[in-house]
Amino acid sequence: MDLSYSDAEKAFRKEVRQFLDQNLPDDLRDKVRRGKDLGKEGHERWHRILNERGWLAPNWPKKFGGAEWNAVQRHIFEEEAAAASAPRIVPFGLSMLAPVLQKFGSKAQQDHWLPRILSGEDWWCQGYSEPGAGSDLASLKTTAVKEGGHYVVNGQKTWTTLGQHANMIFCLVRTDSAVKQQEGISFLLIDMNSPGVEVRPIVLLDGGAEVNEVWLTDVKVPLENLVGEENKGWTYAKYLLTHERTNIAGVGFSQAGLAAVKRIAAAEMANGRPLIENPHFAARVAQIEIDLMAMATTNLRMISRAAAGTAPGVESSMLKVKGTIIRQAINDLARRAGGVYAMPFASEALEGANDMVPDPLSAGPVAAQYFNNRKLSIFGGSNEIQRSIIAKESLRGGA
Amino acid sequence: MNFELTQERQMLQDSLQRYLRDKYTTETRNAILQSEAGMSEEIWQQLADLGVIAALFAEEQGGFGGAGFDLAVVFEALGRAGVVEPFMETAILAGGLIARLGNPAQQDLLDRLMAGGLQLAFAHGEPTGRYDLTHVATTAHAQDDTILLTGRKAVVFNAERADMLVVSARESGAVDDPEGLSLFLVPKDTPGLGIQGYALLAGGRAAEVTLEQVRLGAQARLGAPGQAAEAITAQIAAACVAQTAETLGAMETACALTKDYLMTRKQFGRPIGSFQALAHRMSDVLIEMEQARSAVINAAGHLEAAPAQRERFVSAAKNLIGRVGRLVAEESIQLHGGIAMTQEYELAHIAKRIVMADHRFGDVDHHLERFIAFSAA
Repeated sequence: MDLSYSDAEKAFRKEVRQFLDQNLPDDLRDKVRRGKDLGKEGHERWHRILNERGWLAPNWPKKFGGAEWNAVQRHIFEEEAAAASAPRIVPFGLSMLAPVLQKFGSKAQQDHWLPRILSGEDWWCQGYSEPGAGSDLASLKTTAVKEGGHYVVNGQKTWTTLGQHANMIFCLVRTDSAVKQQEGISFLLIDMNSPGVEVRPIVLLDGGAEVNEVWLTDVKVPLENLVGEENKGWTYAKYLLTHERTNIAGVGFSQAGLAAVKRIAAAEMANGRPLIENPHFAARVAQIEIDLMAMATTNLRMISRAAAGTAPGVESSMLKVKGTIIRQAINDLARRAGGVYAMPFASEALEGANDMVPDPLSAGPVAAQYFNNRKLSIFGGSNEIQRSIIAKESLRGGA
Repeated sequence: MNFELTQERQMLQDSLQRYLRDKYTTETRNAILQSEAGMSEEIWQQLADLGVIAALFAEEQGGFGGAGFDLAVVFEALGRAGVVEPFMETAILAGGLIARLGNPAQQDLLDRLMAGGLQLAFAHGEPTGRYDLTHVATTAHAQDDTILLTGRKAVVFNAERADMLVVSARESGAVDDPEGLSLFLVPKDTPGLGIQGYALLAGGRAAEVTLEQVRLGAQARLGAPGQAAEAITAQIAAACVAQTAETLGAMETACALTKDYLMTRKQFGRPIGSFQALAHRMSDVLIEMEQARSAVINAAGHLEAAPAQRERFVSAAKNLIGRVGRLVAEESIQLHGGIAMTQEYELAHIAKRIVMADHRFGDVDHHLERFIAFSAA
């Protein structure tokens, strides 16, 4: 047991910090710090910058053009990126689809799609949930029928994050209705520009439009866009979900969020003193910081274990539940810290009345973020689903 | 002990709830929220005609209510329907202060107010004051027959639509001194009065208000010079009763929507409410709802008590409602799942109302500290 970083790891951290210092554009840093939308161009620009350095795909094997970092390196990068207010890496192509293609895709699919993910030529989104298939994902109803050298796809997907920017969507579709639900699902890659694809935005409770409904009506999909074998899609979907979760602890986000809480609370005055000096508020901050310190080590331990070959199952569920509880608690603290200035609908207040609104609000739309991040414990398999997985593994089969 | 409403209050509650159920649908509210005004003049007038504003004032003020339980009955109904019209600002805060301190000429405003023909705002809190009621840096300099106001007020609800603002300013004393505070009636077109408005996350509109050498006559002052702190504290206590009752109403709606959804939404072939993990959480919410109702009753029933006792109950209610409100809002969203994250679903607005109520008149921590102080005294 040794909790100190090796010389090589310290050097790596320095290298990452220097890179961020020199290459993260000021306008993107500013938008991240203020909790504002980067827009398609902003995300693409940051991806390009990382790709030029060879750091866009930290978890990909080198043979596919990835950085193949170990758990500690990934942790260091995540910490430094969050501390520098770097944009998050849009995960759908890079860390969700790509691992599936690398493990189950054909050579032709790997050669075609993976370089386009790195170059940014394709923007992927995820077609999993449906209005009637949320926690019970396997009950999905979108169908794909083979007809004249194509699959013809009909159905509706929902909660499609950033689908408005995407040109490609990977979908779970039903190819056999006669068998057990999980055994009739296939994994299809669909061009969003095909006739019959319609994207409709869903406005969320914070006023933002980051998710969409995707309607598929008689959409023709080439047969070569099937990943792996027909009716084996559920296996690939589960594999993808465990990868979705390796970063779901969001330690870097939490560290950045806690730093923001401290910034706001240092600027906000309460009874003539900075709020951060109020014993009651300071105790709330300390309590979360203690949890987060342990979480960082839990995260590293579990990622290391997964890297050693143990399939992530219970671990990724645990990271998701605890990680989202901590992130949401930090959002709650930021909202509290904002006081009366948490009440304005921040996007308008920030654009229109910037010079009128005092310092606390410049930390970002804290209440809108609090509401938006209620999603963390709902998506990617709700925390209730995760708890069931943990219980199933540890009470019955696994242990 | 008797926990039944009087006949008059029961009738008021019934007619108000009936009106709101028919008129104030989710679609109506969403249209109001998206309008530039952020409120409906028509609904304001109709509710005034129903006697909603008069119910918030005592008989000697020209109303037919005004007690803690009257406020609670009205605001719980408003909260249940998610009404965004500014009854709090116009009637409880600014109107209440005029009723409490105004001379006969100023009191005449109340008739117009109760008839629905007047909009008011209370410009009190300041950018560095957070929730401290006596933190006022805005100054009032009296010279001969004129008074000059200079300063800035933070997040003033309803300021843009108000015909008049009730503005607090300091005539003497240090920045957080209870002594030396006065209130002034400032008509909206007074030179030097700046109003920069914005929408609020939970509906309605507010503004940053600047006062640059705003010149008033001595007749603009409400009550005696420098003696307004007591009235402000008393009226904020009334506002806390109204606010906690409103939040209780909103929480009732959140619970009703959640119960309904748990029994209709099916996953894995059965209603999701049949899963014990969800059912037990709903039960915990329902237990806390009973506590919330009791806390509001306690505060409403002590609104007419001596100040130290009144404030202890008010802070207890504001603290408890803040805690339970967060629980109810977060659990309602979680138990629904994704649908609750969408703007067009009713719960979205209701949940925002519940949580953001903790940012008005002091949050959970502020009132915990206050409760400790009043309990020690």
